[in-house]
Amino acid sequence: MSEKVLNLLMDSFTKILIPGIKVTIPLTVISFSLAMVIAVLTAMVQYANIQGLKQLARFYIWIIRGTPVLVQLYIVFYGLPSVGIMLDPFPAAVAVFSINEGAYCAETMRAAIESVPVGQLEAGYCVGMSWWQIMRRIVLPQAFRTAFPPLSNSAIALVKDTSLAANITVAEMFMTTQRIAARTYEFLPLYCEVALIYLIFSTVLTKLQRAGEKRLNAHGFN
Amino acid sequence: MLEVKNIKKSFGDLQVLKGVDVRVEKGDVVAVLGPSGSGKTTLLRCMNFLEKADEGILNFDGEEYDFRTIGRKDIAKIRKKTAFVFQNYNLFRNKTALENVTEGLIVARKMPKAKAKEIAMAALEKVGLSDRSSHYPHELSGGQQQRVAIARAIATNPEIIYFDEPTSALDPELIGEVLSVMRQLANEGMTMMVVTHEINFAKNVSSRVIFMEDGEILENAPSKEFFENPKEERTKAFIKSIAEQHTI
Repeated sequence: MSEKVLNLLMDSFTKILIPGIKVTIPLTVISFSLAMVIAVLTAMVQYANIQGLKQLARFYIWIIRGTPVLVQLYIVFYGLPSVGIMLDPFPAAVAVFSINEGAYCAETMRAAIESVPVGQLEAGYCVGMSWWQIMRRIVLPQAFRTAFPPLSNSAIALVKDTSLAANITVAEMFMTTQRIAARTYEFLPLYCEVALIYLIFSTVLTKLQRAGEKRLNAHGFN
Repeated sequence: MLEVKNIKKSFGDLQVLKGVDVRVEKGDVVAVLGPSGSGKTTLLRCMNFLEKADEGILNFDGEEYDFRTIGRKDIAKIRKKTAFVFQNYNLFRNKTALENVTEGLIVARKMPKAKAKEIAMAALEKVGLSDRSSHYPHELSGGQQQRVAIARAIATNPEIIYFDEPTSALDPELIGEVLSVMRQLANEGMTMMVVTHEINFAKNVSSRVIFMEDGEILENAPSKEFFENPKEERTKAFIKSIAEQHTI
């Protein structure tokens, strides 16, 4: 590797990392948090068998899982302005990623909630607790433990999927790399470099998952 | 204290309860016997609204309720005066033994934490598990889990405890510890209704025996009379078959 390329990589590392910290990470954290809210609500209306809302939940999951996230980004950012809905790139990306991720996590949460033996719900009723009290204190804590590994999977996938936001002009890590590469023509080293930074982010998340599981295991799970 | 009249329940085309009457007085220990599929568990579950009965009247503490029309509030009110012990214990897996017992006190009855803890410790002491209070269910044996479930039941100071085959899921050597706790409760005057296959419990602990078959009560008699002088042929055959099992 020539010294010139090496210097370029050293130079560009912080230039790529900064939008990573300023854009990619916030985009991931905000989208995933909203996705979890959507997921828990969507799973619970199905578990509680609330007619109307349950069908709406299935419809939402069907539409979102059945269409590519890239197309969803284009619809929201390039399509919606024609009906008067104009979003800035970052909020548009947050909206699409949280709604998209929410649909997948909703299914994870539904499976996890359903895996809690129904006998514990009955036991809760018999000691006088309400449905909501049982959900909050007994069922959801256990469901979150079960859902934790697959949810971590989704979070790791989301970190990398945020690179798609480059398509709607969000200046995140990948777009920044594309710009540097277009100027310098060093495509291979620069794209490998940004791949490495995604790998570092994912590795940190994997470590967090391990630590999280360990902590959760201390509370009644083997 | 508690009376159920003409309770009926079907699962699809199968009628599991064909109009059953039960009366329980304060201090009674009623054993419900009968072959599998006779409707004993369904009867118990309907009485605490874990299954919705199709028909029937419940008289509890002098108030009358129709099983078809009873509302959520009345169900909650009655459940706060009753307790239920399940075949599979159904402990809250994310709570310690102590928390399993305090949950119904703190959350459902809004009792101050310190007082709830005190009552829960006394209940665990009673079932011989005060040294296991900080253990999670998966760290306890089946017999211990069932005793925690009994502590959870008695902590709420219920007027009646329903037991649904409390020893059927246990290894044989663990059955004794659970039965002895139940016997102790009976001796202290706790009102209990126990669906069971433990013939000796029915014989020696319960005050009354109900024998069910095909969704109906065939015989309902004081325990002594039931075993020494059964009226129905079917009951005689059942007692005989169980006696034979025990001599093998």
